[in-house]
Amino acid sequence: MNRLACLVVVIGMALPAFAQDARKSGFDYMGPDTQAMQKDDLANPGMLSVLEGETLWNTPTGKAQKSCAACHGDATQSMKGVAARYPAMDDKTQSAIDLAGRIIQCRVERQEAPAPQREGRELLSLSAFVGRQSRDMPISPPQDAKLAATRAQGAALYSARMGQLNFSCAQCHDDNAGGHLGAAPIPQAHPNGYPLYRLEWQSLGSLQRRFRNCMSGMRAEPFAAGSTEAIALEAFLMERAAGMKLETPAVRP
Amino acid sequence: MARALINVPAKSKRGEIIEIKTLMSHPMETGFRPGMDGQLIPRDIIEKFVCTYNGEVVFSAQLHPAITANPFISFTTIATESGTLVFSWTDNKGETQVQTASIQVE
Repeated sequence: MNRLACLVVVIGMALPAFAQDARKSGFDYMGPDTQAMQKDDLANPGMLSVLEGETLWNTPTGKAQKSCAACHGDATQSMKGVAARYPAMDDKTQSAIDLAGRIIQCRVERQEAPAPQREGRELLSLSAFVGRQSRDMPISPPQDAKLAATRAQGAALYSARMGQLNFSCAQCHDDNAGGHLGAAPIPQAHPNGYPLYRLEWQSLGSLQRRFRNCMSGMRAEPFAAGSTEAIALEAFLMERAAGMKLETPAVRP
Repeated sequence: MARALINVPAKSKRGEIIEIKTLMSHPMETGFRPGMDGQLIPRDIIEKFVCTYNGEVVFSAQLHPAITANPFISFTTIATESGTLVFSWTDNKGETQVQTASIQVE
């Protein structure tokens, strides 16, 4: 299997690098069937999680017996554009925080509930519901000078070679975007639809799961869930995708 | 089980062919996959889907382990009269989830 994956990667790399003039969403690389699935809210399985998230949003929880709606009210108003602004700077810890991290923080500190697990159903559903409120809005990373260091760290990680295959993210997603890795098209790695429903996973997954997926493919040690590295890489990618439209919950093959 | 998304046209003309779409949230665990501990994850699939229109079965399907998680089933029927469509999904443990939708036929 390792050798096969290696070979596939080598073949993919041998394809000519197509210079991209414009940024393209992963959506543009998909077949018409998958595109139709994403566009139809009744066929998009990610919408099931959004519905679940809506229920969670309105359900009182934790020792405080408060729901998300008790503070934030109507999510269609209060959460509009929020997902487009993360990762942001957390004033309290003075470090970058992603949307899932913020939800965990709210759950623990304000609702006094147990911390939802990363990649767990509760957190994914809530992230999908909050993300859905920003659909079709442009990604607008905060103009916060304090985030510069985080973004620089993310940029360095993006072009750093890692793992036994000694690849960097940029080698595939910049140099060979538009080419193929085996049969799969290589997209430009814009995080504009997370959390998204991946057909291969048969479930909703976060951007960090996608990172781990890529990194284990590169035979590198994946970033731990919620780690500074993962958030830094996300911050860099969101900056790189600034202005592109959010598609949450997207569908990808 | 869990939640489902159903799309039935709210209104239609008598004799018109209508498209019905259903999306059911379900893991459809095959029973062939080992989990993190190396043990097989027990099978958990929907085995039967039935749609009745005013009591009459208009569509039914048997589902098998190779079918995707969150199965999407779409079919057509003829709008005959106003009434209720009842959708039921039965899993391999014998649990059934039922949802209804109403249709207005002019």
